[in-house]
Amino acid sequence: MSSPPTAPPSPPRTAQDAEPPAGGRTPVRRVLAFLRNTWRGLTSMRTALVLLFLLALASLPGALLPQRSLNQQLVDQYFADYPTLAPWLDRVGAFDVFATPWFAAIYLLLMISLCGCLLPRSLEGVRNARSVPVATPRNLARLPHHASATLDEDADAVMDRVRSRLRVGSRFGWRGAESTHEQGVRSLSAEKGYLRETGNLVFHISLVGLLVGIAVGKLVGYEGQVVVLANGSQFCNASILGYDSFRPGLQVDGTDLQPFCVRINGFTASYLPNGQPDTYRADIGYQDTEQVESGDADTWSPFELAVNHPLRLDGSRVYLTDHGYAPRFTVTWPDGEQRTGEIQWQPVDRTTLLSQGATKFERPGIADDAQRQKSSLAITGLFAPTSSGGDVVTSTYPEMRNPEVAIDVLRGDLGLDDGRGQSIYSVDQAQVDSGALVRVARANLVPGESTTLDDGTVIRFDDVTQYVVLQVSHDPGQTSVLVFAILILLGLGMSLSIKRRRFWVRVTPAGDGRTLVELGGLARTDQAGYGEEFDRLRADLLERPDAPGPDSATPEKDG
Amino acid sequence: MLSAYSDMLFKAALVVYTIAMLMHAVEYVMAKSTTPAAPGASGSATAVAAGAEGTAGSESPGTTLTATATATPPGGGEVVGGGTRSRADRFGRMAVSLTILGVLLHVGAIATRGVAVARWPLGNMYEFASAICLAAVVTWLVVLRRTAGRGRSVRTVGAFVLSPVFILMFLAGTVLYAQAAPVVPALRSYWLVVHVTTVTIASGLMMVAGAASVLYLIKRSGRLTEFAARLPDVEALDRLAYRITVVGFPIYTFAVIAGAIWAEAAWGRFWGWDPKETVAFVAWVVYAAYLHARATAGWRTTGAAWINVLGLATIMFNLFFINMVVAGLHSYAGL
Ligand code: HEM
Repeated sequence: MSSPPTAPPSPPRTAQDAEPPAGGRTPVRRVLAFLRNTWRGLTSMRTALVLLFLLALASLPGALLPQRSLNQQLVDQYFADYPTLAPWLDRVGAFDVFATPWFAAIYLLLMISLCGCLLPRSLEGVRNARSVPVATPRNLARLPHHASATLDEDADAVMDRVRSRLRVGSRFGWRGAESTHEQGVRSLSAEKGYLRETGNLVFHISLVGLLVGIAVGKLVGYEGQVVVLANGSQFCNASILGYDSFRPGLQVDGTDLQPFCVRINGFTASYLPNGQPDTYRADIGYQDTEQVESGDADTWSPFELAVNHPLRLDGSRVYLTDHGYAPRFTVTWPDGEQRTGEIQWQPVDRTTLLSQGATKFERPGIADDAQRQKSSLAITGLFAPTSSGGDVVTSTYPEMRNPEVAIDVLRGDLGLDDGRGQSIYSVDQAQVDSGALVRVARANLVPGESTTLDDGTVIRFDDVTQYVVLQVSHDPGQTSVLVFAILILLGLGMSLSIKRRRFWVRVTPAGDGRTLVELGGLARTDQAGYGEEFDRLRADLLERPDAPGPDSATPEKDG
Repeated sequence: MLSAYSDMLFKAALVVYTIAMLMHAVEYVMAKSTTPAAPGASGSATAVAAGAEGTAGSESPGTTLTATATATPPGGGEVVGGGTRSRADRFGRMAVSLTILGVLLHVGAIATRGVAVARWPLGNMYEFASAICLAAVVTWLVVLRRTAGRGRSVRTVGAFVLSPVFILMFLAGTVLYAQAAPVVPALRSYWLVVHVTTVTIASGLMMVAGAASVLYLIKRSGRLTEFAARLPDVEALDRLAYRITVVGFPIYTFAVIAGAIWAEAAWGRFWGWDPKETVAFVAWVVYAAYLHARATAGWRTTGAAWINVLGLATIMFNLFFINMVVAGLHSYAGL
């Protein structure tokens, strides 16, 4: 058997084929004909194929070029490396492939084509499901699978046996139609494997469902990151302002976030000797929406937040995505005023967690705005959880075994009031360059040590707190996406494993109570492998499995 | 310690596969062609091919019957003579026995590696590539078993199935080799085990399917007649590619879904167009196109085979290029 027919019930070939005969063409008709042809063209198998290719091709730049949604720095780097090419690529959206109109156009066309293809097929499927198997061909010996034998039974007995063997009429058996011809000849045509079509439809329909689910998530979902100190600090999902970064869905204005709170009681990380992280774990308490709304602020349900183990609160999930260190400094001014600052520093080396940052202070107790501004302090530099020691501090291990900071203390105007946002991890270099901000001390400190500035201000490095980065994701479409994904798999499995196949039996009385039984079989799909099943049927029905007559043959034996 | 045994077993498996491949090559050279020799060869091959094309288009049962009946040459098209056959046959049998031995060694290598690192042994590219090869060889043995008998065996192409395995394993053992080590926290999840295992199995299957499609294209191209004459007939190759693909594709689909489930737990979203995810999507779409092509007039034969090869190329591209050059979140590549 050569590559057998797999075609669905004849999809329209091309638009031209379907053109109605010319004549009496009014403009309206022409438009209608054009629309009809476009529609047929769009829903043809060939178009689906082309669109699938286009989809694959259009996705590729998303993998090969840096994407803004994943990593803005890499995109900037690309602009620096290819200053002429990059703007052109940017113009066609090559750095935001999956948000471009052309990508959307391709998959929307595919969806339309899919629906246009499915609708008629679904209807046909319904009709098909009730149809009777095609009549028995005249010459069964010309089928790919065939066999015959003369049995010592009368026709009725044979037909009874055939019916019960094929379980005709049973839900899991073959669907059969019997007919009687002249001279007592009777035949049965049977067909099985209708579920293949069903599987195919389930697959394609679920594909649409899956995409709808994803679209819902994109519309009403959101995602935000927030840094929380692991010292009993809390985070409540109340407004966008609570987040360090926030990515709303198209329909999210941030006024209606699902309320819940988490409290980070502690964080532990363990590492392998080479510095590779082994486990991350945050000991947290949470209050779900109900608790928050009932105003019970004291009850916290315990939870262990870890990588691969998010907190799920109906519709929202909380993830532990990162962690780091927040050194705590206390500044004591000569007038006795004291302030403590504790803010996250940013890891600059992933394997040793050497971190950098800037802890900023405004001088308290000064009424004059300009004066206060000019006497701000910033403690910047490096933090090493396990310090190498020596003058130039580096970190040798990510765990906090021998913490030390190497700091510069800057005094002057931090430039915080000029309205521009500035990084929490550094001071504004422009202020330094202009001389508004001056370095007044440099020191290496371990916890408990302090350094004194020229004016008598004491800066003490108190201790270090760990912080965690939490990600909150809200995606109400997610469950339906999972359900459709499972249906896709089921449909696919069904449609690719079930064989649509036919089986025919013709019995002819041969006198003396003997009966000539002819069998024929045909697999309607690529899935051959019908040979074995046919062999079994033949053996069961003709009762002589070891000695099939010379006129029987099953060329197909595989799969 | 144990990982040293694992490395030894790996090398042994590679050596055994190599010998098996060479024996298959000898078998191939000694075997008589499946189509009558030299001058007539190409003509006869195209005749068969034309028959196949004719059948493919038909949907009504009537035409199918006649076409199918004529397109099936008696005896499955294998015209093989006496003496050479038995010697070629002996080499082929030895090659298969060696392949089985190789699989046992290979399984041992992967299992001891798993014990040595106390985790599922699919944590870096070396382990991954090695396991894909195992999946491919096992697929091949299953194919042999299921096509055995009645002159329908495709065993003669063993050398062409084992050579990509040989190349990939060689690369795994040299360029990609990584010391046994634990993996980062994000990679510790049952879903990850499910995900990479199924991806591996699917890739191994697709490797054999892809090899079959390449051979199909060679045979159909009408070129390399001398070489192609000994290949199984086009239908057998086409069927081989299709059968394996329809097993591999749902497994691959499942693997992608499992990956999404894991990504949801580990990274906070089930799909984020990370480069690895993107190329996995592309490969999935290409294989969907393959299945579509087989139901589209004019694409059933050569077109579909090209798409199948393209699918395999995409999977391999994802394995090598994306891991080694692009590296997104899936940067556990561990080179
Ligand atoms: C979103 C894009 C699509 C994808 C990913 C897709 C995927 C698939 C896959 C994987 C199969 C093989 C499994 C099966 O038989 O169920 C398949 C079969 C099929 N698809 Fe699609 N499909 C898409 C769109 C379409 C469109 C637009 C049409 C209509 C023109 C279509 C018509 C068919 C038909 C008729 C089959 C059955 C082929 C056969 O019997 O072997 N598909 N599709």
